[in-house]
Amino acid sequence: MIRCEDALRDLWGYLCDEVTPESRARIAEHLDACRRCCGEIAFLNELRRVVAEAEPELPADVGVRMEAFLATLEGSTDDRPDAQG
Amino acid sequence: MEFAELAREQLPRLYGLARQLVGEDAEDLVQECLLKAYRSHAELRDRQAAPAWLTRIMVNCARDRFRSRGRRVRESPLPDVEDFSLYRVIAAEDPFPYSDSLHLDFLHRFGPEDVWAVLRGLPEIYRLPLVLVHMHDVSTKQAARLLSVPLGTLLARLHRGRKQFEKDLWTYAREHDLLRETAREGT
Repeated sequence: MIRCEDALRDLWGYLCDEVTPESRARIAEHLDACRRCCGEIAFLNELRRVVAEAEPELPADVGVRMEAFLATLEGSTDDRPDAQG
Repeated sequence: MEFAELAREQLPRLYGLARQLVGEDAEDLVQECLLKAYRSHAELRDRQAAPAWLTRIMVNCARDRFRSRGRRVRESPLPDVEDFSLYRVIAAEDPFPYSDSLHLDFLHRFGPEDVWAVLRGLPEIYRLPLVLVHMHDVSTKQAARLLSVPLGTLLARLHRGRKQFEKDLWTYAREHDLLRETAREGT
């Protein structure tokens, strides 16, 4: 069975399904027997969730300016796809 | 298909992506992306493909900016991160001795702006794969195509970027006073 130090390098890859089937089987075997690495996998999974939810929000003033920009685009003629040929 | 309607739906996501790619220049990047998308949106046959299509345009715009500003994409050395484990550092340092959920408590000290600030500190070469894969649900194969690198290179950058990100989270927490027992509790 692989050691914690070896499993550690591939835990992210295991979690994100980026490792080979052979490596996946070796890590799974290790996780069956190692409580600490199981804790680390759960932690990385939570970290992944925290990152996924950290997207910056669209500020209201930027939204207003973007709406105006879209209106300008819609009102223009030179840039329209059907006006280019 | 109404372009403005499609763009409106995607605006919050596009702005978020732009912030992660170019920081304070996000608004300009969104406008550049929308302009290019508008000029070619007749090519878009499937509305379901619009998010991926707009992501591709935005990433290309960002990469053009990096290149035009002479920001060479290089494999920056990230020493000593291969074996770093944030989980183990937290356990060893035990910043919240009275907590029975030490690791979760650590993560929950980070607001979205904190996470974003740490990501922004990563070199582009590592930040872009992380942002695309972990924040915008882009597959690793798609991310490799978007960034014009082989899949193996993309996976290696993701691996190193994640490890550096873990290390930087710890550094950020120490430097921004997130490790105090009362931090973010409002007491």
